[in-house]
Amino acid sequence: MRAFQAIIARDLLLAVRQGGATFLALVFFLLTVTLFPLGIGPEPAILARVAPGVLWVAALLAAMLSLDRLFQADFEDGSLEQLTLSGLPVSLIVLAKIITHWLTTGLPLLLAAPVLAVLLNMNSEGFTALLLTMLIGTPALSLIGAIGAALTLTVRRGGVLLSLLVLPLYIPVLIFGVSAIDAAVHGLNAKPHLLLLAALTMAAIPLCPWAAAAAVKLSLE
Amino acid sequence: MSMHYFANPARFTRLAARIQPWAGGLAAILLLVGLYLALVVVPADYQQGDTVRIMFVHVPSAWMAMFCYSFLAVASAVGLIWKHPLADLAAKASAPIGAGFTFLALVTGSLWGKPMWGAWWVWDARLTSVLILFFLYLGYMALWQAIEDSQKAGKAAAVLALVGAVNVPIIKFSVDWWNTLHQPASVLRMDGPAIHPTMLWPLLIMALAFKAYFVALLLARMRMELNLRRIRALRLAERTS
Amino acid sequence: MDGMGAFFAMGGYAGYVWPAFGIVLAVMAVLWITSIRGWHKSEQSLTALRGHRRQREGADE
Repeated sequence: MRAFQAIIARDLLLAVRQGGATFLALVFFLLTVTLFPLGIGPEPAILARVAPGVLWVAALLAAMLSLDRLFQADFEDGSLEQLTLSGLPVSLIVLAKIITHWLTTGLPLLLAAPVLAVLLNMNSEGFTALLLTMLIGTPALSLIGAIGAALTLTVRRGGVLLSLLVLPLYIPVLIFGVSAIDAAVHGLNAKPHLLLLAALTMAAIPLCPWAAAAAVKLSLE
Repeated sequence: MSMHYFANPARFTRLAARIQPWAGGLAAILLLVGLYLALVVVPADYQQGDTVRIMFVHVPSAWMAMFCYSFLAVASAVGLIWKHPLADLAAKASAPIGAGFTFLALVTGSLWGKPMWGAWWVWDARLTSVLILFFLYLGYMALWQAIEDSQKAGKAAAVLALVGAVNVPIIKFSVDWWNTLHQPASVLRMDGPAIHPTMLWPLLIMALAFKAYFVALLLARMRMELNLRRIRALRLAERTS
Repeated sequence: MDGMGAFFAMGGYAGYVWPAFGIVLAVMAVLWITSIRGWHKSEQSLTALRGHRRQREGADE
């Protein structure tokens, strides 16, 4: 348990020291959201209609672009290999890194989302659902993304390949997340959608670290 | 005779050499019969007219798209769990065939949809799911290409295939969910009207033709992959000797 | 022959039906050709490599 916490603490410290990644994810989030009114016009009614989808797609992309931070640096300087030899099960190591990734990417996105929702004139009834879906859904993004990140560790410039692998797997998260917000905006019950989203994340918590660990071990061979 | 009976590449090659021409011949015959039935014998539909004939290539293509991915996933599992040496080759060989049929399902679906629904592309549940399946195939093939070591690539691709396989029902469910939320007023099912017996036979024959075609191509591609593996091994031995 | 004309016209949907069947056959043909060719080429390379190897081993003796 202490080793687990130690990994999280170390990675968080590194992330804070380097600082750039969280900032970049947030700026990307903001930029992408900004592109949509520029692309489809500023008409408030249309923006309100697309706001849940745009927010989720932008957050999803921002999360995906930050995935290479999960393992790459440690893989390159050999510390990932050291960690796997330390005796801690690899899936726990992976889970620790996923938690750090969420704390430095998913959580900031979650906090920024309501602000950007205002930019898109999202209906006020959707805000709670937005926060809830982001809270439940962004961990799933980190969990699922970890598998892709681990698989592409040995691939040079594997960023685009990573997107191809991970984006189809993100689609259910996207669908349930947006549908929950849409339901809330229209005054319908968002709970079934939120429960489905929660089910996804719950299922991902044991399964994804295991699969990602298998991929990490492959890459280290 | 366990599956490891075929682990011996030489034995596999001998068997493949015997089966391949028969499978190819069967595919050709079934294809001709199926096409004749679909294009000539089957009457035009009351509602859809002659476009219903497209169903006889669209539906079997979609079936093959799913079948090939299942085959790919099972082969990947066999390779990862039982370490069968030919399993990852089988998975690799089947991927382009599956991707091809997925592409065909999309294109024929589009050509069938345009006269029916007036649009070249509609985001209905089936077409959307097939499109996502297409991405899963492309990702799988891209991963094989991207990793240099063939053995490692095989294992990584196998992990990806299994992750994808677990996700396919989830994706299908979520797309169906999404579709019912955004359901347009009246949607004609892509399957067309209830399938008459006259419709069923050509459909099954086309489906069987595609399967026989798959077997023939799979064996050819597996033999090619085996050869390429041997060539790599020989070249490596030469360099190090 | 009006029958043939009607057959090719496909009740007015010719522009959809024939391209659909055409592309199915085209893709299946291309897959077939590339797979068979790839396999044949690999057979040739393998025999050539093996022959070359046997030559070298024969020369070493």
